[in-house]
Amino acid sequence: MDADITLDIRNLETHFAADPGVSKAVDGVSFKVRRNETLAVVGESGSGKSVTSLSVMRLIPTPPGRIAGGEILFRGRDGRVRDLARLSEKEMRSVRGNEIGMIFQEPMTSLNPVYSVGDQIGEALRYHQGMDRKAARAEALALLKKVGIPAAERRLDEFPHQMSGGMRQRVMIAMALACRPTLLIADEPTTALDVTIQAQILDLMRRLQAETGTSILFITHNLGVVAEIAHRVVVMYSGRVVEEGDVRSLFKNPRHPYTRGLLACMPNLGQSRGEAARLEAIPGNVPSPVNRPKGCTFAPRCPWAEPACTTAEPVLEPVGPDHSARCRRWRDLP
Amino acid sequence: MTTQPLLQVRGLEKKFPIRGGLLQRPVGWVKAVDDLSFDLNRGEVLGLVGESGSGKTTAGRSILRLIEPTSGSIRFDGEEVTGLPPAKMRALRRRMQIVFQDPYASLDPRQRVRDVIGEALTIHNIGTKADRRDRIAALLQKVGLTADAMDRFPHEFSGGQRQRIGIARALAVEPDFIVADEPVSALDVSVQAQVVNLLGDLQRELGLAVLFIAHDLAVVRYISDRVAVMYLGRLMELAPSDSLYDRPRHPYTRALLSAAPEPDPDAPKQRMLLEGDVPSPMNPPTGCVFRTRCPFALPACAEPAARIPREIAPGHVVSCIRDDVIAG
Repeated sequence: MDADITLDIRNLETHFAADPGVSKAVDGVSFKVRRNETLAVVGESGSGKSVTSLSVMRLIPTPPGRIAGGEILFRGRDGRVRDLARLSEKEMRSVRGNEIGMIFQEPMTSLNPVYSVGDQIGEALRYHQGMDRKAARAEALALLKKVGIPAAERRLDEFPHQMSGGMRQRVMIAMALACRPTLLIADEPTTALDVTIQAQILDLMRRLQAETGTSILFITHNLGVVAEIAHRVVVMYSGRVVEEGDVRSLFKNPRHPYTRGLLACMPNLGQSRGEAARLEAIPGNVPSPVNRPKGCTFAPRCPWAEPACTTAEPVLEPVGPDHSARCRRWRDLP
Repeated sequence: MTTQPLLQVRGLEKKFPIRGGLLQRPVGWVKAVDDLSFDLNRGEVLGLVGESGSGKTTAGRSILRLIEPTSGSIRFDGEEVTGLPPAKMRALRRRMQIVFQDPYASLDPRQRVRDVIGEALTIHNIGTKADRRDRIAALLQKVGLTADAMDRFPHEFSGGQRQRIGIARALAVEPDFIVADEPVSALDVSVQAQVVNLLGDLQRELGLAVLFIAHDLAVVRYISDRVAVMYLGRLMELAPSDSLYDRPRHPYTRALLSAAPEPDPDAPKQRMLLEGDVPSPMNPPTGCVFRTRCPFALPACAEPAARIPREIAPGHVVSCIRDDVIAG
């Protein structure tokens, strides 16, 4: 593993017991996150993006879920590489919230309602860094200021329910960054927020990354947010990576029909009524993870599909510098 | 054919009590919608955008009297809707329908699709039993489902298909006017486009007037002829879509548009970042409600006159006293 790589996921498989059968929520996913980089994983519901991030944190409820195969190689603060898929629960506890920070979609459900935000931020510092109560409180205050919470001294003793959604997400970020993690996992961190607040949070995350050099794994369904924050992008569809590349080539020259479909079906702000009579919708629905079609899982919805697509499984192949796609017809796309 | 608008809303206000104490007496009031006025013409789509707490959903429901407005006038096809007795209101409901946001919560899980759609026909005494069956089949086909869907239950359908059922239900009684309250925000993007297309097609084909409530600015522009922007219960700006998006006048509209992330990594990132959060609706700022976050606010913005909407060009309403900013 190269020295500039923080996270290297290799052929990850996360399965859930379903009735009947097995739901292969993550079905052979590989990607890398480099130091100082924001990698966005984008996909619709059922694509496996959130299960991938929960697998990295080893937060998959077992049973019914389990990591059925693959490696999750993570480079810690000391430079040592470990396979998170094989760590004991005790070892994982020293990683979570310490070397890997995490921000979730709904800050109200991920914050504890009965502790003040100062106590909650301080908890990680006392547990992982052995700080005493006073030092932890001082550090929590500094963190609240850093994430732009006004009147931080007063807010330190407030409870989550006394804060707005945007404030709570700032508290979550402060908590996630408390122990200076080398990797920050952000799972739909702005989805529950209004656009003006979303803009503030994205701005904050960009600024903090520039300051700390933390790698960010950013899970989202919103391509607008991806264009805004990501350096590189992984597009997932039904448990697999279908395209991966740097943000510019992926948006400007998408080589997988699904990525093209996603980009084409969103209206953009400059598009008025009547300019294009219809949006280019992708027909059909995401296939069930218990019973995926043979061959390319996107073929039944793909305007480019040919008979061979439904028999042989396509491989993720290079289509340009730092850009690969899982489509046998990528050369034929206009 | 008259030139009178189908819907005329004047000074609409909806207050909710905040209850407290042992006896749950009102201890204060939240003005969810305050002094909202607009017209909607036949066959026209008016987009209503705003962030959470802006009052857009309350406005839509007050207009249909699904919740009782506190004051103001709502005229539908010339007839005053507020204060209409229940029997007359029920008759009028045949002409005004709603499509809800959450296709999972808005369909009764124990009803078959045929009953979900057919209930309105029964209530309004439309057609004979045999007629109704044909009619439901035709409606399902119109929204892109097959007729055999009518014997199934909502849980057998995906989110996008359920929203199609919700649309078929709204259209069953052949309304002139539909409130579409965030109809696509719970759907995945690829499915969202299918439903937006369907709504656009049906609206054109049936000449429906639609109040399209949403927070996704791009979708709203795509489907609307005119757009109204709300903030903290009040109208900030109302204009034909192209003028509002290409040349927004109100500072809030500008901030809102500039905050929307565009799916283009080369899009300019110079932002008009708003400071702080939306103030509490229990205690809104005096004067212009946006002034506490507005980079152009002056002392005069705290005066009552600063909140009055005014027409700065034909059909273009702005609630802002900074003429220099509006012109810029």
